[in-house]
Amino acid sequence: MLHIVNKSPFDKNSLESCLSCAQDGSAVLLYEDGVYGAIKGSAYAERLQSAMSNITVYALEPDVKARGIADKVIDGIKLVDYNGFVELTAEKEAVNSWL
Amino acid sequence: MKYTIQINEGPYTHQASDSAYNFTKAALEKGYEIFRIFFYHDGVNNATRLTTPPQDDRNVITRWSELAAAHDLDLVVCVAAAQRRGIADADESARNGKDADNLAPGFRISGLGQLIEGGIIADRLVVFGD
Amino acid sequence: MSSVIKQFLYVNRKAPYGTVYALESLEVVLIGAAFEQDVRLLFMDDGVFQITKGQDTADIGMKNFSPTYGALGDYDVKYMYVCKQSLEERGLTVDDLLDLKWEDEDEDWAEKDSIILVDREEMKSLMTDADVVLSF
Repeated sequence: MLHIVNKSPFDKNSLESCLSCAQDGSAVLLYEDGVYGAIKGSAYAERLQSAMSNITVYALEPDVKARGIADKVIDGIKLVDYNGFVELTAEKEAVNSWL
Repeated sequence: MKYTIQINEGPYTHQASDSAYNFTKAALEKGYEIFRIFFYHDGVNNATRLTTPPQDDRNVITRWSELAAAHDLDLVVCVAAAQRRGIADADESARNGKDADNLAPGFRISGLGQLIEGGIIADRLVVFGD
Repeated sequence: MSSVIKQFLYVNRKAPYGTVYALESLEVVLIGAAFEQDVRLLFMDDGVFQITKGQDTADIGMKNFSPTYGALGDYDVKYMYVCKQSLEERGLTVDDLLDLKWEDEDEDWAEKDSIILVDREEMKSLMTDADVVLSF
């Protein structure tokens, strides 16, 4: 399953709820304000990094760039464009949107 | 791969419609089919042709209308959500005794069953919202 | 089309009244019931507040739609999963929730509880099993 999260973890619990429900082997894509969760060294980074041993985390590059955090993204988070976003939805069997 | 896209937020306030637009364009470029785009909640506000953004900004509404014309997209606006928020085509407007309509080209108004049908028929449902 | 049966999971994570999502999501569930799909509802995070007892909206001038959840059983919507942890975090127990039932045709219309408490592991499988996830 592909989980998509568009909320900053500093504002809403969407990412936290998503991580606690994400089956091992699933993928999480951070987009819109969700990309703020990808910032290196933030208060949330450790939580996300520990989840990354079981799930793959992606961030939508256009949203990362728009928010000026391209050089702050946690190592191991894969950047994708909209093309990659579409590909992820096609590869995984269903999409769960954490609004 | 066949998609139904659901958009739950209006234009300009939230990025949902922009994200959905960029996603849809990318999917079409890959040759995937967009079975339907369903506008729900405040998402119905993406369908008013009265929107007049400043000249240096994108026009979210005409962008959808143009994409629909170019790719024969089915843009469906939920009737119940639209009635609550004052989005109407000429028929809806007349039926409800209103003096104006505002539905933009390329959109049509229909029921929630269209969303469920979209979920059944498409391979993927992707929800954009807040 | 009618031969296709998919598993639809409605994920309800938002409280009622403050925003319209809970009400309009319930409207989707009601319409969706006519399509004879395999429907499950999951209430988690603030979504658990949608189905608490004792809601009285008289003084805010909005419609109290919580009784509608009680009618879902008649629409063959039988499975309402509630996140145990979300309840606990909010100081609630299952006794604070509406008494939601469905009638089992195969057992002489015996009344059964619709609410099923689930932990995180059970929620993971619920989501994995779903063909279509509708989030509001």
